[in-house]
Amino acid sequence: MRHHLILRVSTKLLAGAIMLFAFYVQFHGDYSPGGGFQAGVILAVAFVLYGLVYGLEAAQEVLPRRVVHRMMALGVLVYAGTGVVSLLSGYAYLDYNALNPGMPEKGQEAGILLVEGGVGITVAGVMISVYYAFAGRPPRISDEEW
Amino acid sequence: MSVSDGGQVLTLAGHLPILPVVVPFMAAPLVVVLGARRLAWPIAFAASLSALAVSVALLLQVLEGGGVSYHIGGWAPPLGIEYRIDAASALMLVLISGLSTTVLPFARRSLAHELEARRHMLFYAAWLLCVSGLMGMVASGDAFNIFVFLEISSLSTYALVASGAGRDRRALTAAYDYLIMGTIGATFFVIGIGFLYAATGTLNMAELAVIIGENGTDRTIQTAFAFIVVGMGLKVAVYPLHLWLPGAYTHAPSVVSAFLAGTATKAAVYVLLRFMFTVFRPEYLFEVRALEVIMLPLALVAMFAASVIAIFQRNLKRMLAYSSIAQIGYILLGIGFLSQTGLAAAVIHLFNHGITKAALFMGVGALLLRADTPFHDRIVGLGRRMPLTGFAMVIAGLSLIGVPGTAGFVSKWLLVQAALEKGWWPFALAVVGSSLLAVIYVWRMIEVLYLQEPEEGGRAEAPLSMLVPLWTVTAATVYFGLATGLTLGAAQSAAEGLMSGFIPVAGEGGGG
Repeated sequence: MRHHLILRVSTKLLAGAIMLFAFYVQFHGDYSPGGGFQAGVILAVAFVLYGLVYGLEAAQEVLPRRVVHRMMALGVLVYAGTGVVSLLSGYAYLDYNALNPGMPEKGQEAGILLVEGGVGITVAGVMISVYYAFAGRPPRISDEEW
Repeated sequence: MSVSDGGQVLTLAGHLPILPVVVPFMAAPLVVVLGARRLAWPIAFAASLSALAVSVALLLQVLEGGGVSYHIGGWAPPLGIEYRIDAASALMLVLISGLSTTVLPFARRSLAHELEARRHMLFYAAWLLCVSGLMGMVASGDAFNIFVFLEISSLSTYALVASGAGRDRRALTAAYDYLIMGTIGATFFVIGIGFLYAATGTLNMAELAVIIGENGTDRTIQTAFAFIVVGMGLKVAVYPLHLWLPGAYTHAPSVVSAFLAGTATKAAVYVLLRFMFTVFRPEYLFEVRALEVIMLPLALVAMFAASVIAIFQRNLKRMLAYSSIAQIGYILLGIGFLSQTGLAAAVIHLFNHGITKAALFMGVGALLLRADTPFHDRIVGLGRRMPLTGFAMVIAGLSLIGVPGTAGFVSKWLLVQAALEKGWWPFALAVVGSSLLAVIYVWRMIEVLYLQEPEEGGRAEAPLSMLVPLWTVTAATVYFGLATGLTLGAAQSAAEGLMSGFIPVAGEGGGG
């Protein structure tokens, strides 16, 4: 447990910074390179790094499997839900003008942020869940099990 | 009025083209987010039912007033993504949502038997995604958007097939085979689309058709055509590219086989038809003779080879899977004739075979309640113990052969007519010959189910929740065999539309 002191301490320091950077990429996606996908991957990196250094159980204590699964679905729901909101207010599906009919350019910006938020949540969920699945895979199937 | 533009306020009727895709697509993550096992089935069923209602409304609207176009996000095509519904796509939407709605009540008991309870929630989520993906493939008029929906439906299908692993570990290798082959198919398809985009600079299918029609074809576009046909051919399971299909249908849970056999390959055939006839135009197909030289021989090989293989199967589900490959041969034969009657035969066989095979796989699902495997020696005499299930399977089997009075007869009759119209009587004989092979394997099924003594006595009929969907689909095979007005009319108008290119949308002049 006491091994790799430097790794453990620097992981603790880095994890927060990585997450902060993920949010920067997320919310600056409309001004600078970045967006939901990149932000989601970066956010997932924080958890993957934590899991690599402290072990899968520790990572899953912070972010249990079922939360990750919900995240994957929640992001899709946010994305598709944005479309349904514009649909219900009488515009075409995913027409962001609906979000701020008075000022379409503000509506478009809000729409992009919402949709990219959905993408970010889902991508982070998928990446973390891929890591969980690989790191937590059961031992090889023995011949008798077939 | 049916065209939506940015800023224009739409009524609910104006949103019809997007709803069959969005409703199941929203329901799938909702099932997972709520995370309640009890809610999964009701949500899935409600979403599927509303998608069906919308599709029927859409079909009526299209038959009355012609094609409908919907612009996603208010961005007008060819820049934005367009959904375009005509008679053929509306019919496919009804088939997909209709089968999903009929099979889902059946799934409840069948899954309780075939799949461990903790996986049910994710199963229904994958199911909804699959429905939404298939609907999107049919509804979309944008080549790249079709690829995205193809992937959505394919990926969820792999998960659905793999969910058979609780009962039979071979489902995992079957799903893996399907994943590899399906991914290669999708890759080929997207390479083809890439070439088309490079040559024309657009992804909108109507615009593509116009540009290809005006500028003619060059090497790039011909390569695109080849890649798209081969890629989609993999998803359709055209004969030498069919190897994923028997395993996937055999080891998937019965409800999945029933739904996929009726819809997944059919949606792929639809996309193939769309690209062949509306993007590339029939004149081009005449020119390259791709259909005569490649499609027709492969269709014939499928009809005979797959039927012969089906005869020798000892597993009922695998037998039905090989029979599906043979039936896809009929559809390709109809397309290969390159005539309006041939296309109508292909379209109507899409529908008729879809419901016939769904009924048979549901029958197998019911048999599996009383037998641990669908191997012939495990289901002997079950027709006597489960008379209603057995009888439904016999009727669906007759439709598979093409006995008059069943749906299968209508499509084969049309196919023979198309062959004779062209004066290609050997093809007409081939259709009859291949049907005779179908008689043999259907007879084997009847022999196993009825003519041998069951291992245990006593009536053991399937529960009502399975019999009602089974008989609904079986009755449909008889109904559409006798009352051919609706299907034949829709198939003929679809064939007409395909032979003449895109049907112009109301309120829009020409293409693009």
